Amino acid sequence: MLANVVLGFLWGGITAYVLLAGADFGAGFWDLFSGSAQRGEARRHRIAASIGPVWEANHVWLIFALVVVWTGFPTVFAAVGSTLYIPLTAVAFGVILRGSAFAFRGAVTDLALQRVFGAAFALSSVITPFFLGTVAGAIASGRVPLGTARGDVIGSWLNPTSALGGVLAVEVAAYLAAVYLTADARRVGESDVAEWFRSRALLMGVVTGLTAVAGIAVLRADAPHLFAGLTGRGLPLIAATALFGIVSLVLLLRRSYLAVRVTAALAVVAVLWGWGAGQYPDLLVGAATVTSAAAPNTTLFFLVISLSVGSLFLIPALMLLYSISQSAPPETQPRYRP
Amino acid sequence: MGLVADASSNLGAARAQMGLSLGWHIVFACLGVGFPVLILIAEWRGIHGDPDSMRLARKWAKVAGVLFAVGAVSGTILSFEMGLLWPGLMGKFGSVYGLPFALEGFAFFIEAIFLGIYLYAWDRLKPKVHLASGVPIAIAGVASAFFVVTANAWMNNPQGFILVNGQVTDPQPLTAMLNAATPVETGHMILAAFMVTGFLIASVYAVAMLRGRRDRYHKVGLLLPLIIATALTPAQIVVGDIAAREVADNQPVKLAAMEGLAHAEVGAGEHIGGIFINGQLRYAIVLPHVLAFLAKGDINATVQGLDSVPPQDRPEAVTLIHLAFNVMVGIGFLLLGLGAWLLGSWVRGRRAPASCWFLRAAIVAGPAAVVAMESGWIVTEVGRQPWIVYEVMRTADAVNPAPGLYWGLVALVVVYTVLTSVTVFVLRRLARSNGNGATGVAV
Repeated sequence: MLANVVLGFLWGGITAYVLLAGADFGAGFWDLFSGSAQRGEARRHRIAASIGPVWEANHVWLIFALVVVWTGFPTVFAAVGSTLYIPLTAVAFGVILRGSAFAFRGAVTDLALQRVFGAAFALSSVITPFFLGTVAGAIASGRVPLGTARGDVIGSWLNPTSALGGVLAVEVAAYLAAVYLTADARRVGESDVAEWFRSRALLMGVVTGLTAVAGIAVLRADAPHLFAGLTGRGLPLIAATALFGIVSLVLLLRRSYLAVRVTAALAVVAVLWGWGAGQYPDLLVGAATVTSAAAPNTTLFFLVISLSVGSLFLIPALMLLYSISQSAPPETQPRYRP
Repeated sequence: MGLVADASSNLGAARAQMGLSLGWHIVFACLGVGFPVLILIAEWRGIHGDPDSMRLARKWAKVAGVLFAVGAVSGTILSFEMGLLWPGLMGKFGSVYGLPFALEGFAFFIEAIFLGIYLYAWDRLKPKVHLASGVPIAIAGVASAFFVVTANAWMNNPQGFILVNGQVTDPQPLTAMLNAATPVETGHMILAAFMVTGFLIASVYAVAMLRGRRDRYHKVGLLLPLIIATALTPAQIVVGDIAAREVADNQPVKLAAMEGLAHAEVGAGEHIGGIFINGQLRYAIVLPHVLAFLAKGDINATVQGLDSVPPQDRPEAVTLIHLAFNVMVGIGFLLLGLGAWLLGSWVRGRRAPASCWFLRAAIVAGPAAVVAMESGWIVTEVGRQPWIVYEVMRTADAVNPAPGLYWGLVALVVVYTVLTSVTVFVLRRLARSNGNGATGVAV
């Protein structure tokens, strides 16, 4: 029971990370494809203004997930960390590069330096979700056995399911970012920028959908267990993903920018929870379940108390941050200028 | 056999990687704890009618934006490394000492959330509301330092679990968190964080003043952080003394390494300097009976030596531990002297010393405080070896045996070399930009 509560907090945290930090990475993706310094200036500016105040807070969900795993399911953490050390090292370096390059770009004024830091920020914004996706693929396809470094340190993440996970992660991040940024640009009256992101959102929505459909074949061949889970218990959620995905495209066509934020996020949540439902109760396929891998009850008890009390502080604080960052009038929004 | 060979070569690489990551991050972590308080004091003075303090607060907030971002991401890599490098530790003891990390996670959230508000909404909030929005950053910074250091204290003083046939049973996370080393270690580190911040910031303004920019703005920039840091120095020395006695009681072998005691000594003397050659400390200055008094409160007390445990249970790098300890304590007293200089001048003439030598000393104090803090971590971490969990788990049994792990170290050295130079470069740019309007040379 307690183990399931902890798993609920964990999966909630991972969902928040994907929806919030995922979009910050996606914003970096669009920074990469915003065109030359002159043409892309307004877009890059919108990206920086949108993620500037929130990316550090959004990033903490990753740390949250890590510490909940290592306290609540320590052997799973040890197994994943030791077998998947290569992609996780890439993620860690990606995180460092993304965060510092973004902060550096905001702190320098000449164009050449901004370009260098901007390129580092944008590239790492693609690398990081890609490798996180390969990690998800490795876990989902049952390539991480229990124990210390028992899995194949290369093959565990260099395989069709991991590749699918990596590509999907980058696409989902880019899709969410384009959807969010369309509304952000619209709100501050930058209609050209909004149109540019809207067309990218439509494009990325279609591309992500096609990748997901193609992914069905990949999973069937490469991860039969996951495939069975997704088409079994996870099926209603996978169907919901398709539905929300299509509704989102329609809403984008009709320029319902605020509604599409919700449906696009729901589409992503549904696929994430579809995977969770399909794999439950296994944390490591065939090797560890939520109850078998859980820490003893005393630990879970204190963890649940901490997570509950912590949430009482966290949720109002997050709401305050988002309401302040989303309510900025256009003239005070430009650039980070304390 | 291949795996075993790999695992043993992984140990050195993993320790080096962890040491580099921690040693690098800890400087930013200190600033994350201390800087918010400094900025808030400056802003408070600014609101109450001191424009120079307000300019400093704005300048510092801009710098803090960069420092905290680098601190946040370099801290994240440590969370990863707990699993990448030390799966044996986390898999076995995560249920015992994971809780403070979870609490620390919430402190990070509060810090990051209010930092976003504080930095980006400065001109949109009323001055007092803005000041208030910075308070949670300061509280969360101190809280996160407390939580994470309790975890380290547990590694030095493991309790709150029972081992049955090598398996952890009955974990008690609160007992683990609140172990005997917790009060002194957390206190020592939080004070160190404020000292490092204060001396480092003061050092920057001392440079500017030595170059002739002796206006009030630079004076406040020098004195505000310097007064805080020097005021905390005596407290730090007292806490450090209590910490050493705690180590004497609970980790006598670490104390022996710190003090350079090869064998047990009755009425042990304090050894300053020297190096270990063939297991004996040579060329050290000895103050007779001093160690016995400091560690045990009795000038004729016996203090254990390294040879109280078998060689495989002793730390290897004893010279490093001993000298690092001497360096930390030595710098602590020099910083105390700097504070006395400042205080003396204040008592005599209600002013700070104006001499160039005082400024030079203040310049050196910043890096020196960092060296002292890093030396302290060398003492506690290298001094705990060969244990990762003192007398419970060997570091060698915790390391990830996966092949090729050392490439992570190579990559980290490259990344951190670049990151260090770029961070310094950007901070220097920031220091020279827009602070001083007309002259454009403000720090």
